[in-house]
This record gives sequence, structure tokens and C-alpha cells, in this order.
Amino acid sequence: MTQKMILNFPAGISGTPITYELIRVHDVKVNILKAEIQPGQIGSLLVELEGDQEKLEKAKQFLISNGVRVSPVSSKVSYDEKRCINCGNCVSACFSGALTIGAPDWKLHFNPEKCIACKLCLTACPQKLFRIEFSTIN
Amino acid sequence: MAKTYEEINDKISKGKAVVLTAEEVSELAKTLSPKEIAQKVDVVTTATFGAMCSSGAFLNFGHPTPGIRMEKIELNGVRVCGGLAAVDTYVGATDCNPERPAYGGAHIIEELVAGKEIVLEAWGKGTDDYPRRHIKTLITKDSINEAYLYNPRNAYQNYNVAVNSTNEIKHTYMGTLLPQLRNAAYSTAGELSPLINDPECRTIGLGTRIFLCGTEGYVAWNGTQFHSTREVNEHGIPVTNARTLAVVGDLKQMSTDFLRAAYYEKYGVSLFVGLGIPIPVLDEDLAHRVSIRNEQIETTISDYGDGYKILGRTNYAALRSGEIEIQGRKVRTAPVSSLAKAREIADILKSWITNGKFTLSAPVRPMPTNTSVKPLTVRGFEDETGI
Repeated sequence: MTQKMILNFPAGISGTPITYELIRVHDVKVNILKAEIQPGQIGSLLVELEGDQEKLEKAKQFLISNGVRVSPVSSKVSYDEKRCINCGNCVSACFSGALTIGAPDWKLHFNPEKCIACKLCLTACPQKLFRIEFSTIN
Repeated sequence: MAKTYEEINDKISKGKAVVLTAEEVSELAKTLSPKEIAQKVDVVTTATFGAMCSSGAFLNFGHPTPGIRMEKIELNGVRVCGGLAAVDTYVGATDCNPERPAYGGAHIIEELVAGKEIVLEAWGKGTDDYPRRHIKTLITKDSINEAYLYNPRNAYQNYNVAVNSTNEIKHTYMGTLLPQLRNAAYSTAGELSPLINDPECRTIGLGTRIFLCGTEGYVAWNGTQFHSTREVNEHGIPVTNARTLAVVGDLKQMSTDFLRAAYYEKYGVSLFVGLGIPIPVLDEDLAHRVSIRNEQIETTISDYGDGYKILGRTNYAALRSGEIEIQGRKVRTAPVSSLAKAREIADILKSWITNGKFTLSAPVRPMPTNTSVKPLTVRGFEDETGI
């Protein structure tokens, strides 16, 4: 399974190789979608963690025990379907395969499960019809 | 047994013309010969809906009292052409204020079509007959005199496929090109595309009546960069960008369903233009031409990251499959022009003709032959590129 989450690092542990341990010790796949880290200061990472449920749970415990605040998030990409002209520019940019267009109707289809929130569609759309919202799941 | 325009128009006005879209006729051609198609079908409708930068609109604002000779003109803060008569302008689709690059001429044109109010501000030096030196007012398409779209280069006959072999994203008019050949963008509507169905322009010339952005328009001239001597494949189709059309139509009658402003990241503003052209099936040769299928239409793959280097050739059946092979690698494909809209246009044009509302016009002058495109060479000055 895959879980998207924001990891907030407290000041002082930015030097600890947390991500390395996640992969090496806890055997989860880490896909960093967005990173804002400055040495010695609070940092935050938007990551996608992939692994079975047990491993993900242990990984989360490891993060929390190291003082990392873990907030599961959902990213919601949406677009103005009414204004969409089905040109395909967003599909061209969408390497994760969430946005597709093809036979028979050649209309835009969006599969949110495949979206990795890379935001390329936001700039690729010639009409700027895409919006993205990140919200934390409580 | 060739048909004439008069015979076809007679059938159209009697509601008896057999009209098919270019996709329908290509399907029919799997079972019927060109001879049979020439007998059965009178008109084939073609269409495209893509971004076409070389577009724009002529406007005449009317004279205020006292009069002004508009020498510097802005519409919604975008500088437009002040080089025509006192209250005329040309809004180029790509006109923009460099400080707000995502909004430009195309957006003004779309808003005019939508009936929205636009801020007109203009300055003149003041002359004996036009003493006013400044004006600021609101206009709409209904408050001004003429407003007509005149696009110097639309409906490219075929277009190359864009890829990017470098290690960084390229933002181009062919959209976002991902690094290391992670995507391939194509633009032509394949077997539905106008100039693919009449590749030598036997029926498309000056005066040809067409569908333009929701209303009737006309072919005004050959388009700029009209290239009639490109290499053709065994099916007579140029294998890269070739002929083009200049088109004209009444902006006031157009619809934003078929005209849309576009902004390409780090590139600029452009205009999506919906264009449909009817092709009369005058004889077997034209029946054969309109029967062209996607797999027979080839195009050139060009590396936009490396000086448009040619990386190979593909065809529209392969492009529409979602994946092509480039230099032994599988590359994901996606269109950057709307086939769904093009189909809608071909269907509307078909219904106009079937219902007797739209007749065909024979060209009053054919398109030029033996043309090619010259590059611009720097001479007389040191080549300071500013790159």
C-alpha cells in the first residue's frame, strides 16, 4: 500500500539520516514529492511511503520516536471539466499516468490513485484549469 | 464521371447531399473502392482544433468626439498594434505585456467573443483633424464596428512530433517536454485533418468557405510559410510541416466553444482555433485522397532539446496507440490538440451541409505551387544573438 504524508522535522535532527533508515532498516519505498529542509531548522517533507501495512506502521513509529511529526495527507488534484477542451497537454506532462486521454472518446480521464502530486499538470494546462489542495487526514 | 460544384450544391440545397466526416469515409474505404465512394459520397468534412499562434483580430473602435488618431493602443493593459488608421487595430494572439506574460491578445479575443467588456486606452499626439490625445473607455464586440478574425497561418498540413533528449524539462509551444524522451507530443488531427485530406489543395483555395470558430469563415490566402514541395510518402502526404492557410471570419458570430486562449508556461500566449473544411468528392482521385487512414499518414520526430534534430519517423496510428518507439526506446505519446473538439466540428459542419445551410464554394484562385520556406540569414551586421 501507499501512503502520502507530511513529515515535520523538529530543529536539531535535520542531520539524522531518517530517510536512509526508513529505506534501509524499515524496508519502505520513499518517494519524496516536496522537500523544505534547512540545516538546524525545522524541515518538512511531503513523501509517499510504499510498503505493506505492518512495515508502514513500524516506519511511522520509528519516525514518531525520533521526534518527527507525521501527518497523513491527501492531495486532491482537480480541474475545471466545463472549461476543459481535451487538448491533452496535461496528459503529455503526466508521467505517473494519472491523466490519460485516448480511444474511443479522446476525452480527459483522471485517476487520482495514480497521482503523485508532482503539479506538472498545473503548469502544462494552457488554460490553467488545474487546482491542487493538500489536506491532512485526522 | 466527375461531379461539379454546382451539382453538389444543388444536392445540398435540396437536402439530398451525402455528407460524411473524414473519419467515417476512411472507415467506409475499408470496404468500398474510390470509384464507389466517388459515386456514393458528395462531401467529406475535415476539422482540427489546436493552438495556432499566427492568429489575431482586426477591430475598428468607431470615432469618439472629439476624434483621436490612436497611435499607442492598449486593450486590458496589453499593447496592440497602433500602426493602422485612426481607430483601427490588429490584436495579435501572442501580444502581451511582458510583466504579465500569462495574459495576452488571445485572452482579449476570447473575452470579446464571450461578450465581456474590455478596457480600451489609447494615446495620440493630437492632430488638426484628430485633436484628442487620450481616451479610456469600455468596449464590447457589440459596441465597436467591425471585429474579424484574420489568421495568417492556421491548419498546418501535418506537424512534427516533439520530444526532448536533454536532462531537463523543456517548456515549448508543443507543451511540457519531459527529459530523456519521457514523452512525445503530437498535434495533427490525423485522418480528420483538413490539409491531409486534400494534400495538393485541389479544392482548397482562395474563397473556400469553411467552419471557423463556430461560424462560417473563408480561406483568405495561402498561409505564411506555405511549403508545397516537402518530401511526400507513398500515399502523397508530406512527412512534416508543409502547407498552411490564412483564414478570415466574423468574430462577432464566433463561439468560445471553438476559440480559446492558451498560455504555455515559459513560452507565451497562443490561441486555440477550431477550423473545419468541407471537401467536395468531385472524382475518384479526391475519393482516394479523403480515404486516407492514420497509419498512412507519417510524420517526423524532432528533438526540441537538440536543435530540432530528426530522430525518426512515425505515423498517426502509432501515435494514437499511446506509445511509439524512438531509437529503440518505448516513448509515451500524447496529443496537444483536441481530437474530441475536432470531431465535434466535423459533425457540426456535416449537419450544416446536410441541412442545406452551408454550400461549397469553388476556389477563386488555387494555392501556389513550387513554394518553399526561406530561413533568415544575418548579413550586414555582426550576429549578436543575446543567448
